[in-house]
Amino acid sequence: MAQPADPAATPAPPGQAQSRSLAGGSLGDVVFKWILILSALAIPLLLGGLLYELVKGSLPAIEAFGLGFLTSSVWDPVAERFGAWPLIFGTLLTSFIALLLAVPLSLGVAIYLTEFAPGPIRRPVAMVIELLAAIPSVVYGLWGIFVLIPFLTSTVYPWLQGTLGFLPIFQGPIYGPSVLSASLILTIMVMPYIMSVSREVLLAVPEGQREAALALGATRWEAVTSAIVPYAKSGIIGAVILGLGRALGETMAVTMLIGNSHEISASLFAPGYSMAAAIANEFSEAASTLHYASLTYVALALFGVTVLVNAGARLLIWRVGRRGGSA
Amino acid sequence: MTLENRMSLVARSRPLFLSLAALATVACGGGGGETVQLTGAGATFPNPVYSRWFDAYYRATGHQINYQSVGSGAGIKQYTEGTVDFGATDGPMNAEELAAVNNQVLHIPTVLGAVALTWNVPGVDSLNLDGNAIADIFLGRITRWNDPRLAALNPGVALPDRDLLVVHRSDGSGTSFIFTDFLGKISPTWRDSVGVGKAVNWPTGIGGKGNEGVTQQVKQVEGTLGYVELIYAEENHLPVAAVQNAMGEFVKPTLASVTAAAAGVDLPADTDFRVSITNPQGTGAYPIASFTWLLIRPDMADAAKARALRDFLTWMVGDEAQAIAAELKYAPLPAPVVTLVNARIAALTANGAAIE
Repeated sequence: MAQPADPAATPAPPGQAQSRSLAGGSLGDVVFKWILILSALAIPLLLGGLLYELVKGSLPAIEAFGLGFLTSSVWDPVAERFGAWPLIFGTLLTSFIALLLAVPLSLGVAIYLTEFAPGPIRRPVAMVIELLAAIPSVVYGLWGIFVLIPFLTSTVYPWLQGTLGFLPIFQGPIYGPSVLSASLILTIMVMPYIMSVSREVLLAVPEGQREAALALGATRWEAVTSAIVPYAKSGIIGAVILGLGRALGETMAVTMLIGNSHEISASLFAPGYSMAAAIANEFSEAASTLHYASLTYVALALFGVTVLVNAGARLLIWRVGRRGGSA
Repeated sequence: MTLENRMSLVARSRPLFLSLAALATVACGGGGGETVQLTGAGATFPNPVYSRWFDAYYRATGHQINYQSVGSGAGIKQYTEGTVDFGATDGPMNAEELAAVNNQVLHIPTVLGAVALTWNVPGVDSLNLDGNAIADIFLGRITRWNDPRLAALNPGVALPDRDLLVVHRSDGSGTSFIFTDFLGKISPTWRDSVGVGKAVNWPTGIGGKGNEGVTQQVKQVEGTLGYVELIYAEENHLPVAAVQNAMGEFVKPTLASVTAAAAGVDLPADTDFRVSITNPQGTGAYPIASFTWLLIRPDMADAAKARALRDFLTWMVGDEAQAIAAELKYAPLPAPVVTLVNARIAALTANGAAIE
């Protein structure tokens, strides 16, 4: 390869070439630098613009309802009274249930694939998982309507009601589309993300860590729980947060399976609603200016929830990382 | 388009469009015969018949009408912002929306739509309902299929002892407007606690997006009862309930019973057509029906466009176009309404002057 310092490659006197590179004054460099600066600025600018539009759009609703909008449960387009609590609650509940089910399952798969699975099946299974992550959400939604719900309503739900029916969360009529159905489709949708990222993270654990644990007489299970998973903890939390992000914002599949009802019910078999689903459903045909503004306010609230969750996650990763370092 | 072209087009098109073509030939003859492009946006429900009409009109006259089926609310919005030449809606514009356009809008009825109640209960093949029973079902007061009130309305039908699950629309919709308008007229409780609108605060049930969403939920979950546009029920071979009308008869939604509903409404000569025809007087009338409207500017800036639109409207309420509508299962306008619409079309202007 031609070296820039090679006098044969640069016919100009060495002194001139040196001064040019020291000053950094080449036109190409300057243009490139500014392109990079502008690209970097575009992101906060975009975010600022988004926030500005959301606040501007929701001003009528903010003026009419204030912060009470976030805790009120009324959604009445006829009387023009709006409250987003059932939507916020539905979003948080479905995401929580989804993570509750998806995290142990995904971690199990990831640990199995990196530590226990025989070599020949590791690659194919990992590829299938990545394939699952690429399926569009509307396809998950349709699959949920045509396959998952009929299966659940004919087998799992009646069984749950029969055995755990004394719990309020498993009481009431079984509709099919419900908070639980939406949570289950979310579980299936976020699992590929958590699985593939935590698998990568576990693969990145240095071989020495493993060998040291085994050399000290640990069983393979003890090596996983005492040496490997703790080492990869912050990365695994990152994977969970990625899954949570998808669960919070997922729109299409949730709309198709959650039942779209503004009522909060104790039963998981009852229909519910999520913020993203309400916007998708009602925005194009909103009945009045205040209805539009309220839906924009919901979008702003969703934005806020996402920011809060992400900030919380960063804090968690930071603290875990620090503790891991000091230990 | 030259006269020769137009004549050969007329010769090639189906006889159905002959008089339209002749009309357009006469109309364009005076104005130099240039073709125009019109854009419209709005209701999804009449989109199939509008597409057929606009296509027929284009083939006969060369005037192109582009229609975006984006929903009634969006149609009103685009009309108000002036981005389209005409709008279309299933629910008439309200006072706030009329004020936004300084009342510069004509509601021209095009066809009639009906809202059918459909259900999914094995063994129940026919169902009679009255307005109060429907209201109480959607208020969450009737929650079992074997409720004594449903049993009283349906002697001889073996109603099972199971949960009655309500399915409604989750998006704003003209269909919901027609349905809640009917319930509001029948049940004071409904009017006071839920109200009338394209989107309301449903006290019970699950929401499906669009007619197809509701259809899907009803087909899939046993024990459900929902409301959809009649065309969806027919296309999907769903059972439809007979609903008691103002005369006490139980009537199923059909083209004839829906047209009868519009015929039962006495419109004054100066009507703005923004009338509700739910629960009308008149025998044989299905009580949950409505006009669907085009939103037209009474005075358009572009004379050529105004003429093309006027000619289209005249043809649209005529026998041929209304026959196409019936073919596609849309109930045609009753004769007295056609007369009123024609009088209104004749009063359209372009730049303050009568359209040639």
